[in-house]
Amino acid sequence: MTNFRIPLGETVNNFFDEMIIRYSSVFDSISDVLRTMLKGSEEFLLMWPPWFLITVFSLLVFLLIEKKLGLFTVISLIFMYGLDLWPETVSTLALILAGTFWSLAIGVPTGILASQYDTFEKILRPILDFMQTLPSFVYLIPAVIFFGLGKVSGLVATLIFAMPPAIRLTNLGIRQVPADMMEAAKAFGSTRWQILTGIQLPLALPTIMAGVNQCIMMALSMSVIAAMIGAGGLGRVVLMAMETVNIGKGVEGGIGIVLLAILLDRVTENISKRFGAAEEK
Amino acid sequence: MSKIEVKNLYKIFGKQPDKAVELLQKGESKENILNQTGQVVGLRNVSFSIKEGEIFVVMGLSGSGKSTLIRCLNRLIEPTRGEIFIDGENVTDMSYHQLLRFRRERLGMVFQSFALFPHMTVQENAEYGLKVQGIAKKERERKACAALETVGLQGWEKNSPQQLSGGMRQRVGLARALANDPDILLMDEAFSALDPLIRREMQDELMALHAKVCKTIIFITHDLDEALKLGDRIALMKDGEIVQTGTPEEILTCPATEYVARFVEDVDKTKVLTASQVMKKPEPVVYLKDGPRVALHKMKDHGISSIFVLDKNRRLKGLMMADKAAEAVRKGITAIEECLEPDFGRVDPNTPVKDLFPLMARVQGPVAVVSEEDRLLGIIVRGSVLAGLAGGENEND
Repeated sequence: MTNFRIPLGETVNNFFDEMIIRYSSVFDSISDVLRTMLKGSEEFLLMWPPWFLITVFSLLVFLLIEKKLGLFTVISLIFMYGLDLWPETVSTLALILAGTFWSLAIGVPTGILASQYDTFEKILRPILDFMQTLPSFVYLIPAVIFFGLGKVSGLVATLIFAMPPAIRLTNLGIRQVPADMMEAAKAFGSTRWQILTGIQLPLALPTIMAGVNQCIMMALSMSVIAAMIGAGGLGRVVLMAMETVNIGKGVEGGIGIVLLAILLDRVTENISKRFGAAEEK
Repeated sequence: MSKIEVKNLYKIFGKQPDKAVELLQKGESKENILNQTGQVVGLRNVSFSIKEGEIFVVMGLSGSGKSTLIRCLNRLIEPTRGEIFIDGENVTDMSYHQLLRFRRERLGMVFQSFALFPHMTVQENAEYGLKVQGIAKKERERKACAALETVGLQGWEKNSPQQLSGGMRQRVGLARALANDPDILLMDEAFSALDPLIRREMQDELMALHAKVCKTIIFITHDLDEALKLGDRIALMKDGEIVQTGTPEEILTCPATEYVARFVEDVDKTKVLTASQVMKKPEPVVYLKDGPRVALHKMKDHGISSIFVLDKNRRLKGLMMADKAAEAVRKGITAIEECLEPDFGRVDPNTPVKDLFPLMARVQGPVAVVSEEDRLLGIIVRGSVLAGLAGGENEND
């Protein structure tokens, strides 16, 4: 019994070696698309002078969402600019937005599928648990192997981490639609598609919006870890501070992340509340 | 030919329905089957037929299978065995698309919990069945408006269902079902969630509506009074079986089994009926701010000799008799408080009718039914008690 050992590690290594040889072109093209997107949005945001962006963001929040929050937006963005962290903030923001975009683009439809097919949900659940509990460093390695060091790997890691809440909450929101309403919809001869689009999705919207909020928060919390594989941004500031034992720099980067987190959280929270209110109307 | 024909319908909940049906046909009881096989019997050999334009009431206590039965008719629940024919068409054989069309065009359903869609306005709710059919917006609006008008909800189209009271919500539910102009209405405990006065009002309106549009209605209830009032024929269910089908008279006068007899016998009406069930709408009333002249005028208008006086929060202040009011007018008294009758009957809504008799013998005029906060809920006159006992109308409007 002394040489009992399950060769899981070796198998996984072999599997990934094989994958890289066979599908490297596929991964390369995915990588290209993601990189262009990320770079594009980052460059777009950096194209404008900081004061202009700060004004636009704050005005949008001020006018469309809430006055107090608008004020908070101005102050925190100016603060970040004052810390000389503007390019990093924008880079982190771009990563989060791209991460959230893809998480939702994949997560919401997957959640809808899971809500419609019980078997699919049963298969999906352990996978989601796996994605959320697996230490993120573990999938940083394959991410780097497939997509190389840099922002794209960071984005993929963010995706894996941030997608589960979008899937879960979409599924949950749809499944929570009261049974009597489903019955009523069926009794009037609705097709499955009509029930989904006309009843389930509108009623699940507040829950789905909570999923969007969660998704953004998760993406943000990945930013430091993603910085380890070269994703840059505020995470990199924190990482550098750690390496050089520079407490001050660490605090600056940390506060930047916190402010960004609060800002994004409040903005999405307010938006989802508005959806909730529209529901109550 | 009958409109709806149900033949030997079985419904078993569980994974081995065939086994359970077999046992049922051998005459095993519901409990034994549950213990032996873990299968729950929903319906057991149910057969009946309904004539065109009939109100067919299915009555039974909760768990008797009545909700399962009504859901089998439009296959919201798939029957395990048996056949359902509607106008000679076999519903149990229909393909998915046939079933969709059948649900869209032939059936309307009203639910106990209303099941209105909270993200839609009243109008959109009423339009739902038409929208599902892909009918053009104009036409949809026209039909939904007509249906809302039928149930007395014109002017509420733009509101959300949450802004309406229970009774009005169920009117929306009814309008939604009527908008499709189905020939069959399935009503699943449609009025059970409403309070007694509104409930009776809705029952009356349903009967009026039925007389006008003459649809075949299948009405589920657990309330014998409701069944007796609405039903052309009643089917009484127990443990998934129909124990008796018949007209209200037949059910009352010659109960087929011990169970039906007990069910009906429990209706010693003076014990069962409460003040809230025999009271009529508190109308007309006068308010403290009104003078004796207004009070007298209202009494004359309605041909009554006494009237209840309320404050602006609808709290009961007293009873005013016509002669006192006339006297006050003659003397030029304007404050209504000075001419109230000190001694009049007041009871709470749960008082059994039996206990009303001595009270009504003692006091003059009508008896007030008041809530705990002293609000006037309804009034009882001698006529309404008798009408209530006769099991019929007492909304003498």
